[in-house]
Amino acid sequence: MISLTSPVKTRAHGWSAGGKLAALCLASVVLFAAPYLWFQVIAALSVLILYALPGGIFLRYGLRRIWPLWPFVVLVLIWHVATGVTEAGVVIALRMLSAVALANLVTMTTKLDAMMAVVHRLLGPFSRFGLNIRAIELAAAMVIRFTPILSQKGAALALAWRARSRRRASWRVIVPFMVLALDDADHVAEALRARGGFELDKDL
Amino acid sequence: MTMERNVTQIALFTALIAALGLIPQLTLAFGVPITAQSLGVMLCGTVLGARRGALAVLLFVGLVAIGLPLLSGGRGGLGQFVVPTSGFLIGFPVAAFVTGYAMERLGKFAVVWAAGIAAILGGVVVLYVFGIAGLAIALDRPVGQAALLVTAFIPGDIIKAVLAALITAALYRARPNSVPSRR
Repeated sequence: MISLTSPVKTRAHGWSAGGKLAALCLASVVLFAAPYLWFQVIAALSVLILYALPGGIFLRYGLRRIWPLWPFVVLVLIWHVATGVTEAGVVIALRMLSAVALANLVTMTTKLDAMMAVVHRLLGPFSRFGLNIRAIELAAAMVIRFTPILSQKGAALALAWRARSRRRASWRVIVPFMVLALDDADHVAEALRARGGFELDKDL
Repeated sequence: MTMERNVTQIALFTALIAALGLIPQLTLAFGVPITAQSLGVMLCGTVLGARRGALAVLLFVGLVAIGLPLLSGGRGGLGQFVVPTSGFLIGFPVAAFVTGYAMERLGKFAVVWAAGIAAILGGVVVLYVFGIAGLAIALDRPVGQAALLVTAFIPGDIIKAVLAALITAALYRARPNSVPSRR
């Protein structure tokens, strides 16, 4: 599966994922607590510099990821200019862009397994209350494995439909698609059980 | 039902939501730009029921958070939780739970009606409450104005609720034992 991690290796790739997430939380809280125009301008420029540091490819990649926000920026500006509070509008638009860009920055510079490790650590204390972390991790791994498989099967079903009909595949194709998914779930569950399943984990 | 079957059904439905967002051939077009992704959320509730449906969608949202591009259009990552439309993403698990809960409560009705009512309650009403609240907060506008922004998408989502009902009913006919919300 395609990952959202940046194609360009940066120094931040080596930093601890937990640290980056904590810093992101702190930065977001500060961003939302400071309704001053000068502060938001400086914050947005700092974020832009952070994106520019690893080079042009990284910067373009990052900007492309926040580009879908433009309708909201336009909307906020039109609304606030029309109601005579331009400064508040600029603050909200800049804050939105900085917050999303910072969050994307953490996603772009953190590998999936590092994120998984953080989730594992955060969920740890809950295992005392009966949360089966192994089951969650197995489920996550299965989703990563099965999403492309299901996509292929869905595409095959749509093709089979088109082979027999002159019209495009309609919503009806989702029914066999779900039957496939439910059958796969049963097969995988049986396979898991045959290999010991989750019962064994209780003793470990 | 075994623990293994619970976990694999949850995982496969999470993958299903993702696949519904990924496959362009399955994107439904009725003039309103809609993706099949929220249809997947409704189906999690109507087919798996409240608890497992919500867990499947929660897993989906969690995987988006740690950086998998599972949202339609290949979007994902932490940024998706601070964009103006993040209310919808955060509301997904609750929408699935309410859909599933309503489905389980409406046991007296025929599957198609129960699923339709449940999908509209959870997948449209509850989801839009979250979505509109998110927009109002992000854009600093009153709730009424935020609601105006998304009214164009409501007809599409009602169509999706109807489709969720028809699909659930067809699935129930094909595999009566495979619809856990009805057992």
